[in-house]
Amino acid sequence: MIHLETPKKFGALVAQAHQVAAQMFRPISRHYDRAEHAEPKELQMLASLLDGMNAGGGGGGAGAAGAGRERSHADEGNRNGSNLSTVLGIMELCWGDVGLLLAMPRQGLGNSAIAAVANDEQLERFKGRWAAMAITEPGTGSDSANIRTTARLDGDAYVLDGEKIYVTSGARADLVVVWATLDRNVGRAAIKSFVVEKGTPGFELVRLEHKLGIRASDTAAFVLKDVRVPKENLLGSAEVNVEKGFAGVMQTFDNTRPLVAGMAVGLTRACIERTRELLGSAGVEVDYKKPARLQHAAAAELLRMEADYEAARLLTLQAAWMADNRQPNSLQASMAKAKAGRTCVDVALKCVELCGVAGYSEDELLEKWARDAKILDIFEGTQQIQLLIIARRLLGKSSTELK
Amino acid sequence: MSMAESAMALGLKALNRFAGSRTVDKLGLRALAERGLYHSARAGFATVGSVGRSFSAASKLLQAERLPRAASAGLFDLTPTEEQQMLREAASSFAQGQLREAASAADTAAAAPAELLKESAALGFAVLGIPEAFGGAGATRSTVTNVLIAEALAEGDLSLAVACLAPSAVATALTLWGNATQQAQYLPSFVADNAPAAALAIQEPQALFDPFALKTVATRSDGGYVLNGVKSLVPRGAECELFVIAALLDGLPRLFIVESKTPGITLSAEPAMGLRAASTTRLTLNRVVLEAPALLGSTADYAECIALSRLAWCALATGCGKAVLDHVIPYANERIAFGEPISHRQAVAFMIADISVELDALRLATWRAAALAERGEDFVREAAIARQLATDKAMRIGNDGVQVLGGHGFTKEYPVERWYRDLRACGFMEGVVLV
Repeated sequence: MIHLETPKKFGALVAQAHQVAAQMFRPISRHYDRAEHAEPKELQMLASLLDGMNAGGGGGGAGAAGAGRERSHADEGNRNGSNLSTVLGIMELCWGDVGLLLAMPRQGLGNSAIAAVANDEQLERFKGRWAAMAITEPGTGSDSANIRTTARLDGDAYVLDGEKIYVTSGARADLVVVWATLDRNVGRAAIKSFVVEKGTPGFELVRLEHKLGIRASDTAAFVLKDVRVPKENLLGSAEVNVEKGFAGVMQTFDNTRPLVAGMAVGLTRACIERTRELLGSAGVEVDYKKPARLQHAAAAELLRMEADYEAARLLTLQAAWMADNRQPNSLQASMAKAKAGRTCVDVALKCVELCGVAGYSEDELLEKWARDAKILDIFEGTQQIQLLIIARRLLGKSSTELK
Repeated sequence: MSMAESAMALGLKALNRFAGSRTVDKLGLRALAERGLYHSARAGFATVGSVGRSFSAASKLLQAERLPRAASAGLFDLTPTEEQQMLREAASSFAQGQLREAASAADTAAAAPAELLKESAALGFAVLGIPEAFGGAGATRSTVTNVLIAEALAEGDLSLAVACLAPSAVATALTLWGNATQQAQYLPSFVADNAPAAALAIQEPQALFDPFALKTVATRSDGGYVLNGVKSLVPRGAECELFVIAALLDGLPRLFIVESKTPGITLSAEPAMGLRAASTTRLTLNRVVLEAPALLGSTADYAECIALSRLAWCALATGCGKAVLDHVIPYANERIAFGEPISHRQAVAFMIADISVELDALRLATWRAAALAERGEDFVREAAIARQLATDKAMRIGNDGVQVLGGHGFTKEYPVERWYRDLRACGFMEGVVLV
């Protein structure tokens, strides 16, 4: 039966996440924006708390590791599971601060990759470890099939060579999931992901980036020189299957894109809420009974932003719900990411404009959110990559036809 | 000769001259001109609302019948019930077959074929919302079911969907807000074989129209009311036997039940950019005297009526948007330019991707509001949001639909120009349809 409200059973989780965002994230938000590269120590304790929530089972946690396959359950009709609860938790936490969420120990995108494609033995072995994700290279961004980092089997280990940039939490994580190719001549089918332990000889952190936003989260660059990774650390199948192509590594994205969309949705709500308060004190309120054209221009803008926010939010919940119900959701995951990514940037920038100095000065967080927002329309697949994925699927086109 | 007749005579003279000119044939405009003649003959009509039966109560009810509210398991769910799925498929096959087939001619003729309207009535979508006590099929109140049906019908053709659904808006209004007497008097006729044409008339012609600040006014007189004002874009107005009309009473907007034969009602064709198959009509109320029982529902009911009607327009916009998407996909794949399908170009492909993103979001926002409405929860904000998406995004979909087809999209050889015209209505129309 069609019903699009937040399920009651996740009410407590959402309320908890909101408290964390309001009581822990917001008060330190500005501090870690200014103190770029300083590790937010406050998050250690919080992460332990979250681990506890996750271990409690049932609804799943609020971190990235909650997304992934539902491991075992009979077909029992409509399911609201960990994909949905995770995305709801993330929305709340990113209403607090996106950078701090990304800096949360043991909640990295590498953890999502492990949750999505690891076998049972690997899941057990990497349990409780913080895993970052390394895909991008200096010469390869959105065209991740073109990566140059190589992996070559040598006895019981793979030897990795190459360079990786934009590794979120790369300096602080215990593990880094590195994408590398087994054979550069084969193309995407040969790309595999490897779990690399920090401290492995030859795996060297070369710098941390200075960024527009999400400064609480460190973004690292690595060089890999003859890095020996145990054979058992390859995630998914070692077989180079041209038919299946990229499926193994790309599968991760179906699970993580709704999460990044959820981050954007949370940030969008923060902007709208604060702007609504500031406009309210200036005497402007939205009247939901009246169409936008009959209202104050600023109220009309607010109504439009709220409509885009709801659109992004519902698309995100749809993608997560489909994953919970084991429906293929690549298309919907990209739709959610595309809509949420552009919406959060448009809304955050519009809110700064509407609030003027209050929006632009560091007295408020609005200007910070407008800087933070931009990354959400870029990482985990840019706006344009999402549109390509959507269009190829709708039009039945390959990547050589629709480039 | 009345004013209208003489206007038509003048128009015919002009057309005659046009038809006699050789340029018409040279430009291949003859068929177009003939269709124009047919249309102008229709558009010229002006009539007093004199048709109509006598509505009388077959039996008395002690209290009004209301449909019980839908229950929910409380989980997030995007799966329609089996019954909804069935109804949606029925509506869909009627829409994809008959409605799509008849759409172009009905648009030109500014009228829906009578047979089609009869068939639509026979399908029974209108009686779903009428309680069983009056012979209807309604078991529970389901705004979502109505949304799904409106969506499916509009996917065939938006204007014809409006023509088909217009009478059920009046039946729904009576079911939701009518008292025992009003229901007993009017509802049974809506389940009969010759159910009346009826319309919910809220829209007025002035710019920046606000349904809560109406210019149509009801004044109290001799225990009843006198209505004065103008209503616009009333569907199938000329054949309507019954209206539900919005007017300000004591400064607050209210609904009134008005039979078309009541003296003081004048109807004239009001052809517009789109919604043409719904034979849009202007309705003038000049000292229309009503008895006390004509007042329908409360001011709160009126606010609910506005929100439900906006949701219905959202559902129609969703259906029409889906028609656009399903049309541009094969077109972009088949149309060759510069040696390859135009779908191989990002500029085209991204437009299509955006259509699907915004369309899905509009559908979800509409469903969300409808699901709240049917459980009796507040849905004013959610309806406003869905409406905003219908206003901005659905129009964008209609716009891009024509753009993908380029020059072809601009001609009547393809349906996208009609959808472009129809979708513009979804952003501002009030009343007419209810879910």
